[in-house]
Amino acid sequence: MIRLSIPLRHALARLSVPVLIAAAFGTMLLGKADTLLVERSRMAVADLLAPLYTAASEPIGAVRNAASEVWTILNLREETARLREENERLHRWHAAALAFEAENAMLRRQLSFVPDPAPQFRTARVVADAGGTYARAVLIATGPYLQVAKGQLALDERGLAGRVTEVGSRSARILLVTDMNSRIPVVLEGSRARAMMVGTNAARPRLQHWPSGMQPQEGDRVVTSAESATFPAGLPVGIVRIGETGWPEVELFARLDRLDLLRIFEFGLAGILPPEAVARPDPSIHPRR
Amino acid sequence: MARQGRPASAPGLLARLDALARAAVPSVTTALGMILAAAPVGLPSLLPAVGLAGVFFWSLFRPGSMPALAAFGLGLLQDLLGFAPIGIGVLTLLLTHAAALRVRRTLTKQSFLLVWLAYCGFALLAVGAGYLLQALLAWQVPPSLPAIAQLGLTIGLYPLLAWLMTRAHRAMQRAEVLA
Repeated sequence: MIRLSIPLRHALARLSVPVLIAAAFGTMLLGKADTLLVERSRMAVADLLAPLYTAASEPIGAVRNAASEVWTILNLREETARLREENERLHRWHAAALAFEAENAMLRRQLSFVPDPAPQFRTARVVADAGGTYARAVLIATGPYLQVAKGQLALDERGLAGRVTEVGSRSARILLVTDMNSRIPVVLEGSRARAMMVGTNAARPRLQHWPSGMQPQEGDRVVTSAESATFPAGLPVGIVRIGETGWPEVELFARLDRLDLLRIFEFGLAGILPPEAVARPDPSIHPRR
Repeated sequence: MARQGRPASAPGLLARLDALARAAVPSVTTALGMILAAAPVGLPSLLPAVGLAGVFFWSLFRPGSMPALAAFGLGLLQDLLGFAPIGIGVLTLLLTHAAALRVRRTLTKQSFLLVWLAYCGFALLAVGAGYLLQALLAWQVPPSLPAIAQLGLTIGLYPLLAWLMTRAHRAMQRAEVLA
């Protein structure tokens, strides 16, 4: 260590705070000016910590499971009643589904219908919350066995959860659909009206930009739209609910507050490409028609 | 009658390593706590709560081991772990550090309750500054509910974190007396 005289050391100590505060403002400007650098350093930190998070996720998961177990036991009675009611309803739906399936098969035979290929997906573990106070995002652990690309969709076991926005070598960040910056094109299944699902950081994203005269109705099912070939069509998203302000919102199927595994859909991205790819077209990306 | 003894021998390698480890404990444990707080537990504001409590406590009770540079580094870590515009955590934690240094002479002598009360003020200012900076840097008004939740979590979590850190602080003091 360098030996400094005591007055000099005092002066340095007194100077360090103002200098560092100036550096903090510098960091802010840098973050505004060079978003790519910030993104790279974020992914570098995430890659560095991904193994740690993967290791820590086991005990944390155990604690969470224990907590939810206690909750389950407390609500056992109501849960049973609810399940019984739901089971009855589902039995009726099961019968209806079988009838529809048979009818569908018959109609397809008559039309020589070529079905859409089933989208391919890989499953990844959610290892960290990457949002913060004003953003909704999670970190997934990837690896050599799981290559993800920007723009791919992430679903939990029930429905759409988010999109891949940043990719590192061992981890990737998923911007959840509830985030303020999330915009997802959707279709209302009943009326086939297209709309935009806009995140507000609250639990339910809002619907915007539906065609005039096709007001979303309470209870409509919302699925992804194949608009601009960015998404596979028909992935389940949620159900329309009219919010307190009278604005239609989407109650998501995905349980974003307890994500542990996400399915990443490998969908050929032909529509909106990430900014770098626009500058240098990547020959390996073939638009799927 | 004072007797002149032999001059104390220079501290050995182990003693120096020991002192170094002690000096590193505050920033390293705070950083580890922040990293663990980013694990998906369903509380999005846990990370800044841990960071603020760590910087405040150590700046107050062990300022030698929490230099401004460490506060800067912890702020940067908070920004890189989260998704907010970068620089917010750096600035709020640095300002917290500087302000805590100013009041430490009066505050360290007070009871835990008063320190907590002071921390409430710090948390209010830090969360408010974070909210304003977020609004300025993202150029849109962020919703206020998450900020209130963050404030509540930051204040409510402090006693637990302070208890843990006080234990570490006492243990280090004992070790220093022995050394």
